[in-house]
Amino acid sequence: MYSFDLTDEQKMLTDAVQRYATRQLRAMYREAEEAGALPADVIQTGWELGLLPALIPESFGGYGEHSALNGALIVEALGYGDVAAALHLLSPNLVAIPILLCGTLQQKQTYLPQFCTETFPKATAAFLEPTVAFDPHHLTTKAHRVGDEYVLQGQKTMVINADEAETLLVYACEEQTGTTQAFLVPVHAPRIHLKRRERWMGFHALKTFTVELAEVTIPVANKLGGPTGIDLDAILTCSRIAVAGLGVGLAKAAFEYARDYAKERVAFGEPIAHRQAIAFMLADMAIEIDATRLLVWEAAWKFDQGRPAVHDAYLAAHYAADMALKVTDGAVQVLGGHGYIRDHPVELWLRNGRGLVTLVGSVIV
Amino acid sequence: MPISFDVPQDVLNQTQMTRMLAEQVMRTISRYYDEHEHERPWEYINVIWPFMQQIEAANLERSLRRNGQALAEEAGQTKRSTTHVRMIHMIEALSWGDAGIYLCTPSSALAGAAIQAVGTPEQKERFLRRFTHGKPKWGAMAMTEPQAGSDTSAIQTTARLDPQTNEWVLNGTKTFCTNGRLAACESDGLIVVWATLDKSLGRAGMRPFVVEAGTPGMHIIHQEKKLGIRASDTATIRFEECRIPFDHILGSPELVRPDEQEGKGFKGAMKTFDATRPYVAASAIGIARAAFEFTRDTLAAQGITIPTSAPLHQLSAVQRDLLQMEMDLKAAWLLTIRAAALLDAGESNTLEASMAKVKAGKVVTTITQKCVELLGPLGYSQDLLVEKWMRDAKINDIYEGTGQINTLIVARRILGYTRAELK
Repeated sequence: MYSFDLTDEQKMLTDAVQRYATRQLRAMYREAEEAGALPADVIQTGWELGLLPALIPESFGGYGEHSALNGALIVEALGYGDVAAALHLLSPNLVAIPILLCGTLQQKQTYLPQFCTETFPKATAAFLEPTVAFDPHHLTTKAHRVGDEYVLQGQKTMVINADEAETLLVYACEEQTGTTQAFLVPVHAPRIHLKRRERWMGFHALKTFTVELAEVTIPVANKLGGPTGIDLDAILTCSRIAVAGLGVGLAKAAFEYARDYAKERVAFGEPIAHRQAIAFMLADMAIEIDATRLLVWEAAWKFDQGRPAVHDAYLAAHYAADMALKVTDGAVQVLGGHGYIRDHPVELWLRNGRGLVTLVGSVIV
Repeated sequence: MPISFDVPQDVLNQTQMTRMLAEQVMRTISRYYDEHEHERPWEYINVIWPFMQQIEAANLERSLRRNGQALAEEAGQTKRSTTHVRMIHMIEALSWGDAGIYLCTPSSALAGAAIQAVGTPEQKERFLRRFTHGKPKWGAMAMTEPQAGSDTSAIQTTARLDPQTNEWVLNGTKTFCTNGRLAACESDGLIVVWATLDKSLGRAGMRPFVVEAGTPGMHIIHQEKKLGIRASDTATIRFEECRIPFDHILGSPELVRPDEQEGKGFKGAMKTFDATRPYVAASAIGIARAAFEFTRDTLAAQGITIPTSAPLHQLSAVQRDLLQMEMDLKAAWLLTIRAAALLDAGESNTLEASMAKVKAGKVVTTITQKCVELLGPLGYSQDLLVEKWMRDAKINDIYEGTGQINTLIVARRILGYTRAELK
């Protein structure tokens, strides 16, 4: 039976995140963007919402269970607040969720309680590589097995909060099998180099780094999932759901801002929203946002049901990236000249909107 | 109920029947009726009629129950209705078979929707019982006029009460009436005709009237020749001193000034769109899926497949086109399911119905046009059905409110604007 109603628990969850996004993230995002740093207290407040422990079972220190659907609801609300802050806040997920999905019992027992603490966990992942031909199933970073150790070699980009992290989940091509595997690496291991803080078109408040692994050696036991390894498609699916959900939230923010502006702004004697040229753009935005949200929910619901969801999430992520770009661009257009200057948020949202397509692997729920 | 995309069991139960019908009956006669425009697809009509009688009977019982004392009981029921969700699945599957032939489905259709929306229990019984037995019958709605399409308030057809005989006298011309000829003279059906009691009142003066088949003064004066959906009967009807009994009016004969209250009759008509727009969206999606699946499978035979999750830079232009079609199709379908499910849950869905209609009308147009392009000479050839699907598709962005009218409805709703504020 079809149903599109949130449960009471989901409503409480989204209300709480939405409140945080509206009151805290919306209050600081422009300043943070200009300063290139997120306020620590806002991140701490966000962490105290307990979003990650809510996805981790009690046996590993949390108080819930993994749900891609709940994750989708959370990222939409966070994306509505600020994408940079969302990416920062969700960066520990990049390690915790793959462990939750693919880790051995021992890995879960060792690592997951570290994500259920009061302070922000010092963990992140290195997934993306600085190449135009980036393919998650064929990484250029290599993991070569030598005896009881793996030797990691390669270059990673968009490693969020790498400077503060203690644990790094590095994705690499396991040379013996040719498959993509993930390895738990202590950041302070020798021959890991934080090359530089990166600058992107958007997300200026977010700290990301280029990380070089120059023959980094780690024990075999640090391979995620043990001998079986990881289910990369499952990880990518949850990441695509997160990206798509962020897109819905971001687009919703841009749509609402443009809608409200169009109702206020008077030209030729009446609000510009009285004109179909503007009103129809807004209507299309609303339709596309709703459609995308349904695509995200369906993919997440399928994943939670244990049904094949790889392709659904792939479609949702692409659809959402296109949609978010179109909507944020439309919002700038509705504001006209005002949309182009940094007094209004829409130019920032457009820059963030274009970035979504590259975020697969950099956010996960 | 928590979020769920599970197809309801009763929908699954009907799927086998509709698929069989679409594949084995509709597809085999599809080209023939495209080429023989004003013939009737009896192969299909005779097969679907028994099924439609069951649906009509169930709808009528439910509608009568809603009028009666069982109202409270129904409200207390926790089991959600699946009527509209079932309908959109059926329409989608049948339109995958052939959208023009699907439109020839014998049923009370839009006339039934109007009667159920504003008719009294007695009227429902009198007018709709006929669709539950006997020979195939059609109901039709006559709204559009030569000078009044989307602007339904501009209709010129008049209804005048003859106090001598206590009859309504209709005068005017209606065009683009789907199944008009089937309803008016090829079966014991009926037509719901929109006419004005007082032109000066605009919408508030409009009322729907039921005119039964064979009523003197009702003449079919033209059958359209169309771009697509050629199997569908599209009639022009002239009413000349057409007399119908007083109790054939739907809703109150009392008139109110427009400043006092929006015309109830008109609102009743608009309410029926809440159901029919998702139906049109579903039909659009059926055609789009037919074209998409054919194109996908034909290209797959040439080694061009849709990747499960490959990076974009590895895709060819054709693969990206396929991906875009698949995404659009899914997006439109989910919007349509939501609109129908809301209606089943007894919630307002005017906004969602228009959203679905806009999206589905748009994507079926672009998908079918793209399929003709991708298939090259095969797409353009009349040996195959793809070119026909493209012609059939276009109507979905036009009838039951053009894409623009439905966008306007969405725009007004999201902006909180009246008709006066956003024209």
